[in-house]
Amino acid sequence: MAKLREIQDVTICETTAEMLKKARDTGLSTAFDRADEMSACPIGAKSACCKHCVMGPCRLSSKAPYDKVGVCGATIDTIQARNFARMVAAGTAAHSDHGREMSELFLSIAKGENPDYQIRDEAKLLAVAKDLGVETEGREVKDVAVEVAEICLSQFSQQHGHLKFLERAPEARFKKWQDLGLLPRGVDREVVEMMHRTAMGVDQDYKNLTLGAARCALADGWGGSMVSTELSDIMFGTPKPIRGEVDLGVLDAGKVNVVVHGHEPHMLDMLCELAEDPEMLAKAKEAGAEGINLVGMCCSGNEQLIRRGLKHAGNFMQCDAVIITGAVDGMMVDVQCIQQGLVSLSQCFHTKFFTTNYRCKIEGAEHIEFHGTENARQAGVELLTKAIENFKNRDASKVTIPDTREQMIGGFSHETINYMLGGTFRASYTPLNDNIINGRIRGVAGVVGCTNPRVKHDWVHYELVKELLANDVLVVQTGCSAITMAKMGFMQPEAAAKYCGPGLREVCEAVGMPPVLHSGACVDNSRILVALSEMVKTGGLGDDISDLPVAGAAPEYMSEKAIAIGHYFVASGVFTVFGVTFPAIEGTKWAEYLFGGIEEDLGGKWAFESDPNKMAALMIDHINKKREALGIHKKKERVLFDMEARRQLEV
Amino acid sequence: MSKIICAAAIRGAHAIVDRVEKKVNDAIAKFGEDKEVKLPNTGYYLPVIYGILGHKVETLGDMKPVLERCRELLPPQVEERLWVPYLGHALDAGMATLFAYDMEEALKYLEDPIPYVTGEDPTEDNIWLGAADDVIMRKRGVEFVDGSAPGFAAIVGAAPDNETAVKIAKELQEKGIYVFMASEHNGKTFAEQLVEAGVQVGWPTRLVPFGRDTSAAIHAVGFATRAAMAFGGVKPGDYAGILRYNKNRIFAFVLALGEVTDEWYAAAAGAINYGFPTIADSDIPEILVTGICTYEHVVSNVPHDQIVSKAIEVRGLKIQISKIDIPVSYSPAFEGERIGRDAMHVELGGPKADGFEFCRMLELDQVEDGKFEVIGPDLDEMEVGKTYPIGIWVEVAGRNMQPDFEPILERQIHHLLNGAEGILHIGQRDILWMRVSKKAYEAGLRLKHFGTILHAKFHNEFGKILDKVQVRIYTEPEKVKELIEEARKTYRERESRLGAMTDETVDTFYSCLLCQSFAPDHVCVISPERPGLCGAYNWLDGKAAYEINPTGPNQPVKKGDVIDEKLGQWTGVNEYVYQNSHESVTSFSAYSLMVDPMTSCGCFEAIVVLLPMANAVMVVDRDFPGMTPCGMPFSTLAGSVGGGAQTPGFVGISKFYIGSKKFISAEGGILRVAWMPKALKESLKEVIQKRGEELGVPDLYDKIATEEDATTEEEVMEFMQKVGHPALEMDPMM
Repeated sequence: MAKLREIQDVTICETTAEMLKKARDTGLSTAFDRADEMSACPIGAKSACCKHCVMGPCRLSSKAPYDKVGVCGATIDTIQARNFARMVAAGTAAHSDHGREMSELFLSIAKGENPDYQIRDEAKLLAVAKDLGVETEGREVKDVAVEVAEICLSQFSQQHGHLKFLERAPEARFKKWQDLGLLPRGVDREVVEMMHRTAMGVDQDYKNLTLGAARCALADGWGGSMVSTELSDIMFGTPKPIRGEVDLGVLDAGKVNVVVHGHEPHMLDMLCELAEDPEMLAKAKEAGAEGINLVGMCCSGNEQLIRRGLKHAGNFMQCDAVIITGAVDGMMVDVQCIQQGLVSLSQCFHTKFFTTNYRCKIEGAEHIEFHGTENARQAGVELLTKAIENFKNRDASKVTIPDTREQMIGGFSHETINYMLGGTFRASYTPLNDNIINGRIRGVAGVVGCTNPRVKHDWVHYELVKELLANDVLVVQTGCSAITMAKMGFMQPEAAAKYCGPGLREVCEAVGMPPVLHSGACVDNSRILVALSEMVKTGGLGDDISDLPVAGAAPEYMSEKAIAIGHYFVASGVFTVFGVTFPAIEGTKWAEYLFGGIEEDLGGKWAFESDPNKMAALMIDHINKKREALGIHKKKERVLFDMEARRQLEV
Repeated sequence: MSKIICAAAIRGAHAIVDRVEKKVNDAIAKFGEDKEVKLPNTGYYLPVIYGILGHKVETLGDMKPVLERCRELLPPQVEERLWVPYLGHALDAGMATLFAYDMEEALKYLEDPIPYVTGEDPTEDNIWLGAADDVIMRKRGVEFVDGSAPGFAAIVGAAPDNETAVKIAKELQEKGIYVFMASEHNGKTFAEQLVEAGVQVGWPTRLVPFGRDTSAAIHAVGFATRAAMAFGGVKPGDYAGILRYNKNRIFAFVLALGEVTDEWYAAAAGAINYGFPTIADSDIPEILVTGICTYEHVVSNVPHDQIVSKAIEVRGLKIQISKIDIPVSYSPAFEGERIGRDAMHVELGGPKADGFEFCRMLELDQVEDGKFEVIGPDLDEMEVGKTYPIGIWVEVAGRNMQPDFEPILERQIHHLLNGAEGILHIGQRDILWMRVSKKAYEAGLRLKHFGTILHAKFHNEFGKILDKVQVRIYTEPEKVKELIEEARKTYRERESRLGAMTDETVDTFYSCLLCQSFAPDHVCVISPERPGLCGAYNWLDGKAAYEINPTGPNQPVKKGDVIDEKLGQWTGVNEYVYQNSHESVTSFSAYSLMVDPMTSCGCFEAIVVLLPMANAVMVVDRDFPGMTPCGMPFSTLAGSVGGGAQTPGFVGISKFYIGSKKFISAEGGILRVAWMPKALKESLKEVIQKRGEELGVPDLYDKIATEEDATTEEEVMEFMQKVGHPALEMDPMM
C-alpha cells in the first residue's frame, strides 16, 4: 500500500485536516487517502489511451507518442483531441441538463402551474426578456415569463440558427464565431454532434475536433449555463452583496444539521423556506433539537450563499469531512460531484444520506424523489422530517464540530457589480475600466473550479489568489474555488488592506468591496462571460474579449465540467490556465495547438501549470501583454478639456 | 479613506430625508395636500426631481411619492466591520439628499415673506436669490453652450477671512467660471464675505448667492439639470442622459470651505452623481480613484491659493486665458458689473455728452499695429464725477478683411471693453455710454488701455481675418463732434447695404452648429433675412465666422435648387440639414411655421405659436413671465420647442426676425400675428408699423393684442373681431 501523505501536505484547510486526522485515527476511508493509495493511470492521465471501439482499447506511449498509432491508425493527436472533446461534451451536457431543469421549472411557474415557487426578480425577468427579444411593453408579466421560458427551453432543442445569448457577446467576438462557423445551433445538437464526431471512424483531424469542441463548449457557457443562471436569478433572486459564513464550523451541535450537496438550486431553495417554517421548527423542537441548521455544500450551496446568505459547510473536498464530524443528521444530494464514497462513509455514522434526483441514484442511499415541477414542497417536507427524526440517533461521542468558520461578503452578480460601481443612477462598469486603464487595477482574473485530492487541498487556490492580489489583479470567483478563498478570509472587505497591491487596495476601499468577488456556482461562470462582454462594451479596453487584460484559472480542477468551462473561456477569447495535471502530452501537435496555435483562431488559449506562483506569473504576463497591446501599460498625462474637446465628448 | 466619507454621506442623507419628511408633513398639515408649490417662473417644476425621476411636483401632495423614493434609495448605515460595498449606496444616498433638498427649498416659496429675492440682483437688505427662473437659466445657459462660461463652482461654507474669499471669487471670475454660493461655516457665508468686502454679487458678475442653508446648493444642481433638458433635449426622467450630459458638458465642481459635516458629505455624494467632484480646504479623507467623475472624486486639504487651480485640474477643465496687459482683471464675468455714480471716476458719453465707437478697415500699409493714441484729456486729467465726450476709433487691416466685417468687429467693442473690471460700457455706435470706476482708475487704468484691450482681443478672436489694429481714443469735444458725423454717414451706408441684401440675392446661407454641443441634432440655418434664433448671429456674422474658422460651427450652405419658393425649401439646404441633424430632420422650411419649421436648441429669444382657433399666431419672448393665450407660459413652451425637435406650429426665433419680410411668409407673415406681450410689441413698434404699411394694413400695430387685451385664445379672437384683424380674412392655416 502506498504511503499516505502527512496531513499538512494534504490540505491547508484546518477543519478538513482535523476531520482527516479523525478519519485516519478511526480507520475511515476518505478520497484524500484513496488518492494516495491509488496513483492515477499514467496512460489515461496523458490521454494516450483510446477506448472508443473494441478493436482496442489502444494505448500509445506518452514518452514516444508518434511511435505508434491505434489499430484503426488514429494518431496520438486524434486520440487526445477526441478524448478532450468528449470531456467537453460531458461537461456541457452536465451544465445544460441542469439549465434545462431550470427552464422546465420556470415554465411551470410562469404558467401558474407551480404554487411551490414564484418569480422573485421581475426586473431581471424584464431585462432577460429584452435580451431575448421578447416584447415586454404593455404585456402581463406572466405572458412575458411564459415566452421567456419557452425561448430558454428552445435553446436546448433548437436545430438551426444560433443560441440567443451569444448576441450578448461583443460584436467582434460574435463575428469571429460566425466566420469560423462556431455559433452553436442548439445545446443538444452540439452535444450529440460531438459524441458522433468522436465516435470510431468519424472526425480524425485534431484541429477540426478542437474547434468543434469549442462550438460545443460555447453551447455550455452562452447556452445551458447562462440559461440556468438567468432563470435561477429570476426565480430565486439576483444575488446582491450579502454576509455569509463558511466552513465546517457552521454546523451546530444543538440543532438538526441538514447538509445539502449538489448543483441545482431549487431543492435547496425549497428547504431554505421549510427550515424556517414554524411547523418544521416545531417538529425539530419535539425531536429535542434547538432548531434546524440547514447548510449548503458545493455549488447549490454557493448559489444560496450568495442569494440568501445561507451558511456553507465547505467545498467539494470537504464532503467526507462534513460527514466525519458525526453531527450531520441528514445529507441530501441531487446531481454532479456526488462521490459514491460518501454513502459508505455516512453509514459509519448516524447520518442519513438521501439521493433525490432520478438521474443520480447511489446504491445504499435512501432515495426520496424530488421533482421541482411536481412535488417540491411535499418532498422537501419529507426529506427534512427524516433528518429531524434522525436527530435522536446522533451519537454525541462521535461528534466533533471544528470551531472554525469565516465570515464573508458575497453576491457579486453582473447586476451587483454594475450597481456597486455607480449606484442606481450611474450604474456602469466605467469605474472598473477606468481604473484598469489608469493602472490601479492591472487586470481581472477568474479563479474558479473544483478541489482535487491529488494536490494540496485549497493551497493552490490560496497561493495563486494571494499572488494575483499582490500584483493588483482583481479576482472573481465561482464554485468550490470561491469557498476556499472565503474560508481564508479573502472575501471580507478588510482583506483589501491585507493582501492587495496599492492600486487595487485603493479601488476596493473606494467601492467598499472585497478584493475577491464571489459570483456563484460553477454554472454561474456565465456571469463572468457577461461581465467580460460588458467590460468591452463599456469601452477603452479594445473591441473583443480577447483584447481585455484578463485571464482565467482552475488551479485544482477535477471535473469534466471544468474542461468544458475552460474551453468556452478559451473560445470566448480568454487565456486560461489549468493546474493539477492535463490530459495532453507535451510537444504533440494537438498540445501545441491547444497551448499555442489556437490563439490565432480564437484569441484565447490554454496553459497548464501546477505551481501556483508560476501560474500567477503566466497570468500576469498575459495581462501585461494585453495592457501593452492596448497602450495602457504606461502612465498617461491627464487630459484637460477645452471647449473644443468638451464638444467631442458624448452626451 | 472613502469608507469614512460614504458612512458620513449615508448618515447625513438619513438625517436630511427625516428632516424634510417632517417639513413636508407639517406643510401638508398646514396648507393641505392640494396646496400648489412651485419655483418662480419655470417650466421644469422642481427641476432635479423632474429631470431625474420625470415626476412633476405641482402640489404638496406630489411630494409624497418623492419621499417614498428617497426612503427606497436610503441605504443601510455602513457597518464598522464586514461592510457591504458602500460606493453605490453613498451615491444613492446623495441622490435622495438632492431630491429632499429640492423639496425643502421649494417649501421656502410657501413662506411669507419668501426668503429670496427674485431676479438677477440682490437687494440692499437681502442678498439671497434662491432658484434662478427660466429666463435667467436660458440667458446664462447660452454662455455654457458657447463656452464663454466653462462651468460653475458650487461653493459651500466660507473662507477663513474676507480677503481670501475675494481672492478665490476673483480667480474664478477671471476664468469665466460661475460661482454659486450656499451654506455657511461658523456662522459666516462666502457670499456675505464678498458683500462685506464690497464685491458686487448677483448673476451679472457670475457671483450668485443662492441661500444660507446647505439645501440652497440644490439651485446649482437644478440649474445644471434644467440645462440638460433645455439645451441638450434630454427628456425628463432620462436620468442617465441628464447625468451624462452634466459630466461631459457642464464642467462644475464643489468647493467645500470649512468643516465638512455629514450633511455636506451627503450633498457632495449627490453632486458626484452629476460628475461634479468636491475639493475641500479641510483635512478630510480623499477619494482619488476615478470612474464616476472624470478624475478624482474628493480631494482635500488644498491651500486656498491653490484651490481654484486644483479644482480645475480635478474637474479636467482646460481654460485658456489670453493675458491682457492692463492693471485690472479681465473676464466675461465682469461684463455684468455695475458702476454706480458714487463708485465712478468719470462718465464718458451717455445722455449728457457725445459718445460713439467706430471700426473701419484700411489698407495694410495704412495701419500701424499696436498704435494707440489719446486725443484730448486722459482719465488723470479729468475731474472726478464729471462727464466727458468720447470717440473710440478703431482701424484694422488684414489680407482676409472685408468691409462687411467692419460692423461685426465694431459690435464686439461692447463686450470686449466691458470685460475689464471697472469699465462699464452700454450701447453701441453713436449711443455709447461708458463709466470708469474709481478703483480701476486708482489701479492705474488709463484710456490707452482701451486700445490695449481691443488690440489684444481683436487679434486673439479675429486673427484669421485681420493682421493689424490701431486705436485712437478721442475726448476732445470738437474732434468727437466732427468724427461722430463721419461715423454716422458710414452707419447709414451700412444699413442700406444690409437692407438691400435678401435671401434671393445670395446663393449661400450659413449654418450655425454652435449649439450642437448642447442640442446635438439642432441645425440653425442663417439667411440674410433670417438671423439665428438666439439673435446673436446674422448672415454676415456667419460669413465672418466661417472666414475666421473654416472648420468651425458656421459653415456655408449652398442653397441648391428651389424646391418650394413660398416655404423656403432648397435641395442644398435640405441635404445639409439632413446630414448635420444626424439624419433626424429630413426637410426644412425657412419661412414656414406649419411645414417643416426650423428646430430649436433652447437659446431662442422668442417663440411663435399657432393659435388654431384664431387662425393666427402669437409671439412671446423670454422676458415675459406671464401666461399666454396658448395656455402655456414661455417657460413651458420653451420646454416643448427646444432640444432639436421639429414641432409644426411652434418655432423659436430671434426678435429681429419678426420685422423681416420673410417672417413666416409662407403663412402670410406678420399679418398673422394676433398677440404679443406689451413690452415686446412696444420695442418693435417701428418695424411693425413699417411692415404693416408695406402689407397694406397701416394700423396693424393697434390690431395686435397684448396681455392687457387678452390672456386666452377666446379673448384673442374676441379682440380680433373687435379690431378687424387681417388674419380673419386669410386662408386657413391648418
